[in-house]
Amino acid sequence: MADYDAIVVGAGCAGSVAAYELAKAGKNVLLIDRGVQPGKKTMAGGRIYIHSLKDVFPDCEKEAPFERRVTHERISMMGSQSDFTIDFTSNAMSEEGQDSYTVLRAKLDPWLASKAEAAGAKTLFGSAVTSLVKDGSGKVSGVIVDEKELSADVVVLADGINSLLVHDAVGAPEAPNPMAVAVSVKEVISLPANVISDRCGVTSDDEGTAWLFMGDSTDGLIGGGLMYANKESISLGLVLGVAGAAEQAPTPIYQMLEDFKKHPTVAGMIKGGEVVEYSARMIPEGGYGAMPKLVGDGVMIAGDNAYMCLNIGYQVRGMDFAVAAGMHAGQCAAKALDNGDVSAKGLECYVKALEDSFVLKTFKYYQNTPTFMGKHPEIFSKYPDAIGDMMNSMFIVNDEVTPPLIDSVSDMAKKIGLFELLKDAKGAMRAL
Amino acid sequence: MSRTDYTVDVDAYLAKNTYNTDTEYAHIVMEPEPPDSEFDKLVMACPANRYRLNKDGKKSFYYEGCLECGTCRVLCGNTILKRWTFPHKDKGIEYQYG
Repeated sequence: MADYDAIVVGAGCAGSVAAYELAKAGKNVLLIDRGVQPGKKTMAGGRIYIHSLKDVFPDCEKEAPFERRVTHERISMMGSQSDFTIDFTSNAMSEEGQDSYTVLRAKLDPWLASKAEAAGAKTLFGSAVTSLVKDGSGKVSGVIVDEKELSADVVVLADGINSLLVHDAVGAPEAPNPMAVAVSVKEVISLPANVISDRCGVTSDDEGTAWLFMGDSTDGLIGGGLMYANKESISLGLVLGVAGAAEQAPTPIYQMLEDFKKHPTVAGMIKGGEVVEYSARMIPEGGYGAMPKLVGDGVMIAGDNAYMCLNIGYQVRGMDFAVAAGMHAGQCAAKALDNGDVSAKGLECYVKALEDSFVLKTFKYYQNTPTFMGKHPEIFSKYPDAIGDMMNSMFIVNDEVTPPLIDSVSDMAKKIGLFELLKDAKGAMRAL
Repeated sequence: MSRTDYTVDVDAYLAKNTYNTDTEYAHIVMEPEPPDSEFDKLVMACPANRYRLNKDGKKSFYYEGCLECGTCRVLCGNTILKRWTFPHKDKGIEYQYG
C-alpha cells in the first residue's frame, strides 16, 4: 500500500491545479515544492490568460490575487535610433473568459496551492525531490525527498524547465538544448499605483498594459523585452535565446537589461521607480518539436518540463497551458487510479485530453515558428530600423518634399526583402 | 563590450533580494581552471553575474546570490561544472514578488 495515491512535484501553475483535481476526486495526494512557500522559487513575466484557469476555478477573477487586468496591448519595434510602438485596446479583450491579468508568482502560487489544500491535498514545502523511485518493472513508484522515500501509485512531475527528473521519467534529454530554451532576467520596479495607471493611460488602478519589445532591446538578437504593469510595481525584463546570449551577444545579458532601462521609451515608464527584486528563469522555446513523451509507467509530466510555452513574437504564454495541463493530468490520474491502471497506457487519457484541447492543438499549429524565427533573424535585427526609416519619412517635415507613404513602404519592403519573407511565411503558413 | 567591460552593478540589485544562504553547501561547483571558451559563455549568459573574469584574468564563480535559473547547467553542465544541484532544503533564493 503506497504512502499516497499521487505525489505532485512542483506547486506552480500545473502542479497545484493537478493536486487540486486529484484531491477533489477524493485521492490522497501530496503536493511538494522546493520553495519554503510556493512561488518563492519561480518567476513569471508575467501575464496569465485566464480562460483555462476559469475551467478550474470559475470565480478566479474575484478570488485570485491578480495584479491588473490587461486592457492595453503594446508592441514596440525598437530600432537603434527609433522606436515604433502600437497600443491596442478593445472591448473584446476585457470580455469574461477571454481576458488576461498580470501576476506576481509569489502571490499567485500560494493561492493556487491553498486551493489544493482546501480540497484536501497534503503539502510538503521547502525541499527538492532529488530522484524518482522505480519498482522492479521500471514503473515509477515514488520519490526521494530529504533522503526519505515516499511512495505513490502515480507521480505527476510539474517541476519546471530545470527538471532533474524528466530524463528518468520519460527519457527526456538530460538537460535542455541551448537552442530550445531562452533565459529571462527581470526587475520588479515599485511605483505608486496612480503613477502606473497614468503611464498606462488607464483610468482605473485595476487595469494596465502588457508590453513586448523587439529589436534593439536585445541588440538585434532573437528575443525581446517585456513590461507588465502590476498594482504597485512594473515588471521589466528581457528574454534572450540561451545559445545567443552565450555566444552571439556583444553584451552580457545583465548589461543588456541595464541598457534597456535607459532607452527613452522604457525610461519614461519607470522613472522614479525603485528596484525591489531582481530575478531570472529559463523559458522553454522549442515548441512542439522539443516536447518529450508526456507519460510513462506511473508518471506524467506537465508544464514547462514538457515545453508547454509558446512564443510567437507578439504573444508569449505558458501559464494558461500549464493550468490546463495540470487540470487534465489531475483528472486523468484520478480516472486511471479508479481503473487500477496507472501504466503509460492507462495514463494515455492525459495525452488524448491535451490533443483534444487548445494545448496540443496550439503547439502543433505553431510547430514551425521556432524554425521560422531562426531562419529570419532580420525580423529582430533589420525590421525595426527599416520601420524607423519609413516612419521618419512619414513624420519628419523639413525643406524636402515628403514622399507619399506608399513609396516609403515599398522602398522599405524591397530593402528588407519583405516579399521573400511573406513567401516563406506562406510556405510555413502555420508559422505566423 | 568585452567580458569585463560591463558597468552594471548586479550585486547591488541582488542585495534587494531575499536569500536563505547555505553557508555549508555550494549547490553549484565549477572546475578550478575552466577553458576560456566555456567560461566566457557563462560570463555572458548568467543573468546573476555569478561567473566573473577579474581584471587580473582570474576566473571566479560565486554560488551565493545564484537565482537558480539553470542557464549555466544548460550551457556548461557537461563541461566545466562539476556539480549543478538545487540548494538543500529551503536554502537559496526566496522571491518576494516572483
